[in-house]
Amino acid sequence: MDTTAIIVTVVGLGLVAFVLWYFFFSARQTASAVSSTSGVQEVAITVKGGYSPDVIEVEKGKPVQLSFYRDEENSCSEELLMPDFSIRRDLPAFKTTLVELLPKEAGTFPFTCGMGMLRGSLVVK
Amino acid sequence: MEPATKTETLDIEGMTCASCAAFVEKSLSRTPGVQRAMVNYATEKATVDYLPTQASPATLKEAVINAGYGVTERAPDTSAAERGAEIDRQKALAYQKLKRRFGVAVGLAVIIMPLSMLMLWPAMMQRINMQWLNYALLLLTLPVLLYSGREFYVSAWNGFKHRAANMDTLIAVGTGAAFLYSLAATVVPGFFTSRGLVPEVYYDTTATIIALILLGKVLELRAKTQTSAAIKSLIGLQAKTARVARPDGAEVDVPIEQVQLGDIVVVRPGEKVATDGLITEGHSSLDEAMLTGESLPVEKNAGDPVFGATLNKTGSFRFRVTKVGADTMLSQIVKLVEDAQGSRAPIQRLADKVSAIFVPTVVVIAILTFVIWFDLAPLGTRLPLALVNFVAVLIIACPCALGLATPTAIMVSTGKGAEHGVLIRNAEALEKAYKVDTVLLDKTGTITKGEPAVTDFWTLPGPAGAAREAGQLLQMVAAVERQSEHPLAEAVVRHADAQGGPRLTATSFRAIEGKGAAASVDGQAVLIGNRRLLADENITLSPPLIAQAEQLLSRAKTVLYVAVAGQAVGLLGVADTVRDTSAAAIKKLQGLGIEVVMMTGDNPETAAQVAGQVGITRYFAEVLPQDKAGKVKALQAEGRIVAMVGDGINDAPALAQADIGLAIGSGTDVAMEAAGITLMRSDLNGVVTAIELSRQTIRTIKQNLFFAFIYNTLGIPIAAGLLYPFFGLLLSPMLAAGAMALSSVSVLTNSLRLRGFSVKS
Repeated sequence: MDTTAIIVTVVGLGLVAFVLWYFFFSARQTASAVSSTSGVQEVAITVKGGYSPDVIEVEKGKPVQLSFYRDEENSCSEELLMPDFSIRRDLPAFKTTLVELLPKEAGTFPFTCGMGMLRGSLVVK
Repeated sequence: MEPATKTETLDIEGMTCASCAAFVEKSLSRTPGVQRAMVNYATEKATVDYLPTQASPATLKEAVINAGYGVTERAPDTSAAERGAEIDRQKALAYQKLKRRFGVAVGLAVIIMPLSMLMLWPAMMQRINMQWLNYALLLLTLPVLLYSGREFYVSAWNGFKHRAANMDTLIAVGTGAAFLYSLAATVVPGFFTSRGLVPEVYYDTTATIIALILLGKVLELRAKTQTSAAIKSLIGLQAKTARVARPDGAEVDVPIEQVQLGDIVVVRPGEKVATDGLITEGHSSLDEAMLTGESLPVEKNAGDPVFGATLNKTGSFRFRVTKVGADTMLSQIVKLVEDAQGSRAPIQRLADKVSAIFVPTVVVIAILTFVIWFDLAPLGTRLPLALVNFVAVLIIACPCALGLATPTAIMVSTGKGAEHGVLIRNAEALEKAYKVDTVLLDKTGTITKGEPAVTDFWTLPGPAGAAREAGQLLQMVAAVERQSEHPLAEAVVRHADAQGGPRLTATSFRAIEGKGAAASVDGQAVLIGNRRLLADENITLSPPLIAQAEQLLSRAKTVLYVAVAGQAVGLLGVADTVRDTSAAAIKKLQGLGIEVVMMTGDNPETAAQVAGQVGITRYFAEVLPQDKAGKVKALQAEGRIVAMVGDGINDAPALAQADIGLAIGSGTDVAMEAAGITLMRSDLNGVVTAIELSRQTIRTIKQNLFFAFIYNTLGIPIAAGLLYPFFGLLLSPMLAAGAMALSSVSVLTNSLRLRGFSVKS
């Protein structure tokens, strides 16, 4: 093994470590719901290659209104799925789509794009 | 009649204190036509009741503005129709754009490919400056990359910022790497030659991959629009206008949104019924196939319910509106199907887990592939080999097939179910129905019609009966029963009406509680009722009559005795009749390898009789309503997966206890709440459809998942060069792109096959 091969190996393994850390172990962006005066918990989410914030904390038993603003045309994010709440919505590009639901149980409920590539979760406390 | 008021909610802007609210309220209250205005400072909302004849949302808004405040247009609406239209428009645009991008990529790739192959002709190569050729290829590839493939890079970058990786990440990294390597070989070839490497370029690879992936996307988008075709056609069934009869007699066409509860709507032959209601006058036959899947038109008379979106065939009628908007049958079906399409099948769980880690894992495998090839391949070729295999791994991996496998099949099949009058609550219900090996039927209302009908009419031969014709006797009885409200009496009247004949009138009617009824017809005293009624009147039964009655009783029928002028002259046998379709449907279920079990509150004789009639061998008799769920449990304890079919309120616990509950359509809302599947048609064939559909759907999902898993688990190692040490085989990245484009399309096409679903007869 020559020097170049050693460099390639070290850099390659370094990249592997980075990819694993970056996608699986690094900290996520979390947002807690803001309760409006009418008692509805509101959260605004931007959809652009992912959901930001992608961890949303809400309280149990109070209605939740999520407003998804899809800031791209990429077809990956055009569908929104929240299987635990039987919600499947098409998100029009550059528009806000409201999704209303009532969390009855505590737990972590994922939401994803149509193919399950983009992910976020609704944490009910 | 008091004119109907409408209620409007306005979002008020600019209120800074509670007194502002009072001011807005006053201004609204003074507006002509406003009956009541309430402004809530905390929620910044005004609720206004007004007469639509004198005021409108616009005049209300004006009143608020006059008071010095503003009205916010309602927040982006989530109404399905509006969103649907916007999405359709955007999708059509996106499709056009995608086709253009694909066109450019293909156009340039067909030039780039032969140019890149010039090196295969050494004679030709001697005349061409390699350096210039590479620059020409670079110029041709740039538009493919920057125009056709732009979205891949943008999406990959957006995803990367969110620590998310998707299919575009793979394509962007793969083509990006091939392009950058080629760029370096073009611009600084000296760097390569000085290290003993040939400065090869991969512009053809880059361009072809992008063209092929775009081809896959074009095909995918086309197929995907078809998966939701069923729900779109359901929504499209909604009538746009209704012909409303005004109290002054005028008939006006009004937009469907303005139709209100209590309005009288006129429907002429060939027209669509606008919304749900009850017929007030006229009669007709209606085609309800779009809602119930029933192919035969249904006869409707005054008092019968009609449903929006159904088609009036022959007659004209008027109906009073009982439901509008989201409450109508059509809207509820649409809602149910939409909900089902958003649900997740448990079978999908593994695929979900894999999807979540798929792309980063593939990137890791690709990097390792690069490192291993670089370290192990011969010095002169290690860099190109490492690069080509790195790109091939990234490009062949297809998370799309995995992601599309289940949801597309669920979408097609729930839509298809709705077309057949089978409403599936969610994907889980579909999966449960697939596993069913035992169907438990509640006799009344499912196997049978659930209402008594006259099955036998027998008159005494000989002097007593000969005096009059049987038909006339039936009409005499019907004349009495027409005045009674007993369910058995209704059955007698229906039977007599069906037979035809002159109508007679009965006078001095009296109902005898728990026994029957008496009246005078044509001057003769007519009695109809049970045996005790005749006994109380001291009327004796002749032996043939008794024999006939016993025979009917042994066949589990209710016997009604008829006496005219103090003499017993005839008998009526009444029973809950079996639906015409029950026996055939049960046979089909048995043909599917399912054991059909019946349960009923009737005595064992009746139960045996009905069971024999429809070909059921196992049944539970004398089951009390509260014990129905227990019977489901008993079957489950035998290790069976039980589907319960029922209609009544008292079936709800049993429907919920069963592995899958099927509520039969004419049933109650309560039963439908507890059921996983609702059959719109009162017909056991729906059970067959539901089970067949679930079987075909789950089979399709399994094929899809199998294909997606096998494709990726075989494709990735082959692309990484695993076969090279044994067979000297390497996968070209261009072939990998072709395979990837085809894989997701194959899964979609397989799901779309469900559109051809029909029940095997």
